Amino acid sequence: MAKTITLEVARYRPEQEGEPAFENFDVPLNKDWVVLDALNYIKDKLDGSLSYRWSCRMGVCGSCGMMVNGEPKLTCATFLTAYDPGPIRVEPLRYFPIVRDLVVEITDFMSKLKAVKPWIVRDEEKPISEGEYLQTPRQLDNFKQFSMCINCLCCYAACPVVGLDQHFIGPAAIALAQRYNEDSRDQGKEERMDVLSQHDGIWGCTFNGECTRVCPKNVDPAGAIQQYKIKAVTDWYKSLLMPWGKK
Amino acid sequence: MDTSAHDVLLVGGGGAGLRAAIAISEFNPKLSVAVVSKVYPMRSHTVSAEGGAAGVIKPNDTLDEHCYDTISGGDWMCDQDAVELFVREAPKELLRLEHWGCPWSREPDGHVAVRPFGGMKNERTWFAADKTGFHMLHTLFQTSLKYPSVRRYDEWFVTKLLIDDGQVRGVVAIELMTGRIQAILAKSVIICTGGCGKVFPFTTNANIKNGDGMSLALRAGAPLKDMEFVQYHPTGLPFTGILITEAARAEGGWLLNKDGYRYLQDYNLGKPEPTPVLRSMELGPRDRLSQAFVKEYEKGRTIETPYGHVVHLDVRHLGEKKINAKIPFVRELCLKYQGIDPVREMIPVRPVVHYMMGGVSTDINAATPIKGLFAAGEAACVSINGANRLGSNSLTELLVFGARAGLHAAQFASEQKEGNTAAILAQAIDEKRRVEDQFLNKTAGRESISTIREEMQKAMEEGAGIYRTHDSLAKAAETIGKLQERFKDIAISDHSHTFNTELTAAFELSYMLDVAEAIIACALNRKESRGSHQRTDFTKRDDEKFLAHSLVYRNADGSTRVEYLPVTITRWPPAERVYGK
Amino acid sequence: MKQSHAYTLYHPKWYRRRVSTWWWTQQWRSFKFILRELSSLAVIYFVALLLWLLWSLGQGEASYRNFLAWMESPLMIAFNVIAFLFVLYHSITWFNLAPKAMPVRVGGKRLPDWMIAAPNYAAWVVISVVIAWFILGGN
Ligand SMILES: Cc1cc2nc3c(=O)[nH]c(=O)nc-3n(C[C@H](O)[C@H](O)[C@H](O)COP(=O)(O)OP(=O)(O)OC[C@H]3O[C@@H](n4cnc5c(N)ncnc54)[C@H](O)[C@@H]3O)c2cc1C
Ligand code: FES
Repeated sequence: MAKTITLEVARYRPEQEGEPAFENFDVPLNKDWVVLDALNYIKDKLDGSLSYRWSCRMGVCGSCGMMVNGEPKLTCATFLTAYDPGPIRVEPLRYFPIVRDLVVEITDFMSKLKAVKPWIVRDEEKPISEGEYLQTPRQLDNFKQFSMCINCLCCYAACPVVGLDQHFIGPAAIALAQRYNEDSRDQGKEERMDVLSQHDGIWGCTFNGECTRVCPKNVDPAGAIQQYKIKAVTDWYKSLLMPWGKK
Repeated sequence: MDTSAHDVLLVGGGGAGLRAAIAISEFNPKLSVAVVSKVYPMRSHTVSAEGGAAGVIKPNDTLDEHCYDTISGGDWMCDQDAVELFVREAPKELLRLEHWGCPWSREPDGHVAVRPFGGMKNERTWFAADKTGFHMLHTLFQTSLKYPSVRRYDEWFVTKLLIDDGQVRGVVAIELMTGRIQAILAKSVIICTGGCGKVFPFTTNANIKNGDGMSLALRAGAPLKDMEFVQYHPTGLPFTGILITEAARAEGGWLLNKDGYRYLQDYNLGKPEPTPVLRSMELGPRDRLSQAFVKEYEKGRTIETPYGHVVHLDVRHLGEKKINAKIPFVRELCLKYQGIDPVREMIPVRPVVHYMMGGVSTDINAATPIKGLFAAGEAACVSINGANRLGSNSLTELLVFGARAGLHAAQFASEQKEGNTAAILAQAIDEKRRVEDQFLNKTAGRESISTIREEMQKAMEEGAGIYRTHDSLAKAAETIGKLQERFKDIAISDHSHTFNTELTAAFELSYMLDVAEAIIACALNRKESRGSHQRTDFTKRDDEKFLAHSLVYRNADGSTRVEYLPVTITRWPPAERVYGK
Repeated sequence: MKQSHAYTLYHPKWYRRRVSTWWWTQQWRSFKFILRELSSLAVIYFVALLLWLLWSLGQGEASYRNFLAWMESPLMIAFNVIAFLFVLYHSITWFNLAPKAMPVRVGGKRLPDWMIAAPNYAAWVVISVVIAWFILGGN
């Protein structure tokens, strides 16, 4: 028989049980398989009731973030062989409420995302007939990295502040705010600063750096937050020195 | 039963759905818009699109050329009035997205950059590196957040369209988080549920692409159009089916057979040049490239791997710098999923099911024959894609026809009064009972979801793949018929109301079986070869008989029937498709 | 955390895990992080010490001698060594993080992290040498 590996999968069925427990499954250790393939194997062949989210299987839709051996990972980009001989422990993303099995609740994140106004804010819109806003490759480069976030929420599961303070707006949302701030087409910096300079905004962050370390897309939210802090401080000094200046 | 009501309801929050939502809000911020999506909108499959979106913007390009490329690429199956409209609106829509913040790649002077793409005579494909769909979707989603009239139903799964007196009145949907089954009423409904690649075993499509909207429309009495035209993309990674974007070839990649020979030159696609030539060789249309692969395989010139035969896509000569700048995601995907570095190694690729040209039949205003029911995006067929879509036309189509569907659905909704709610509610309650009795609470049943799914996929690949014959199709039809029967005896072990993904998998399978049936019915009837539909028993294009769209309906007894609708020709009479000249 | 209430139909019953007070002991990485946070106390301590030194200088010679004597006690020396190690740790982690907080772009390219950290370290060494020269050899 072909080689197998054991998956210890966290199960939580709210209609039946009060708290999560682990269930073990043996799956073939196929060298081309990622953890998600193993979950699909379980669902198709062993236990159809296992619940988890997935879609693209190419690391871009952001659905399949889970804890693999205690680390937040995109399960569609995490190969089984990296954990040979196992076992592999698969759990729902840390710090989020668990809905069922490997599915977590993310509406709170969705409202935080909206709170940072992640859209282009302009004093005056340019009509389409006048063509595009010019933006040099260099200007694009200023924010490109922060625009690569797939909302997989691995960074929230890595951030101890998120764990300790539910209201902390969190790495991905702040990075997204910074993505728009740094966009040469945007004029909404000040509006966003009003939201983010609050206690649950950038100042919640203790620069632990875990978010950047686990990010599967190299977005570097920790960097975004520190840049934001520096901007907040310089803004504050400016307003102190030049109270008459434009806010 | 719980109900809620809105003016316009969108089934689907992908590129088409979100564009429609914004269009409605801009048309009239007082209209309440519901976006019902089985996944969070930013997870929709538009996110996976890589290469780019076509729109004429450079001075050396013309709208007519874009029309011609699209029409000839579609083997004259496109409705030319729709194509002309599409091409005219395309640059405006892409610019709008630029104004909303889409990070398009740029020229050094700050203008939007464009790249060449397969089957296009000029460079007109806008791109955001090779994550175009990702950036478009996130831009649309984030922009949609600023409209207060948009109410999202995230992770709600639609099971039925509510139709009364020939007019759509809303949908029934399951809230996945709670298992609540609810009627969501609306004055007009737009189907934006995307494609159905999962009907086949080997596809670039995500797990959520099951043809839900196509089947919902079919069951509601609307016809599907041109379902026989299924696009195979010539370059997918073996095993995973992950797409290696056409941009890899547009930037100069070569396709090589096992002898290291650029085999496309043997298939009437032009002569090999060291740098890419538009509408030639590797930049030919997808149907021809995928067909060439099969011929190469038959000649024994492909490379055998554990996951089927492949050819090689070679981009090494582009150099690391260009690869990192223009196609970084290709490198990332190869490194992560295939364990090879395209800077140093050749990429193994094979044709893979990619896109559905067919879909819910609509007119040029995105309206279906059912009153108040509209469709847009990959789920719809206007048709601008004809018998073979050109790469990078689809993303633009989402915008142009998403916006158009939004506008017309909004106008329609504005003119409606409240309908007969009692009749609708009775229908919704029936549906709730069906969901509970036949799925959720069903305890008996012996057939496994995954087994039926696998058998369906196998039947489709064998019977309705790149090359088809009457016999292969008839056999597939028989198999699918049997699977439809067996589906009735499906086993569902999960009876939970909380995020029951076995329940949704069962529904998705039932949708896919309907779509499979429709594909086969259309393919059996089309006794010619055109674009992506190649019959080895009828190898020629037959404009006499088949310059017409297939319309497939579902009869009251559950059987299907196919009718024909002439193609609209305006300025480009049918001619031979010529590439490499 | 036990959840006592029963599940009710159509209402989600989420499971929330409370974060343990000792979460940071579970991983070496988070332990180091907490050490870094704690090291700021050492920084405060040295600032206070400096102020105290200045204050006792101001109070006249007796008070200054008193201060020195106090500083020479083995207990204080041990304590200061530990505090100093903490401050060292604080400075190093701080400099290593600087490039993240202040990316510098030249010609459209982001400078590699070490190019931002290196000048910080260089400045640190130079200033330390200058101070050491004043204290040890400067007279
Ligand atoms: C890998 C890949 C690369 C591609 N690259 C390109 C490219 O470079 N250029 C190009 O032009 N095109 C490209 N395409 C094609 C293009 O991306 C798709 O055709 C397009 O994104 C489809 O968008 P859509 O809005 O119609 O559907 P989708 O984005 O698929 O969205 C469907 C929506 O419907 C919802 N939905 C479905 N069923 C239900 C249900 N039952 N209940 C509730 N909601 C439901 C889903 O939740 C989702 O929100 C590519 C496609 C793939 C697969
Ligand atoms: S399934 Fe889409 S990111 Fe993993």
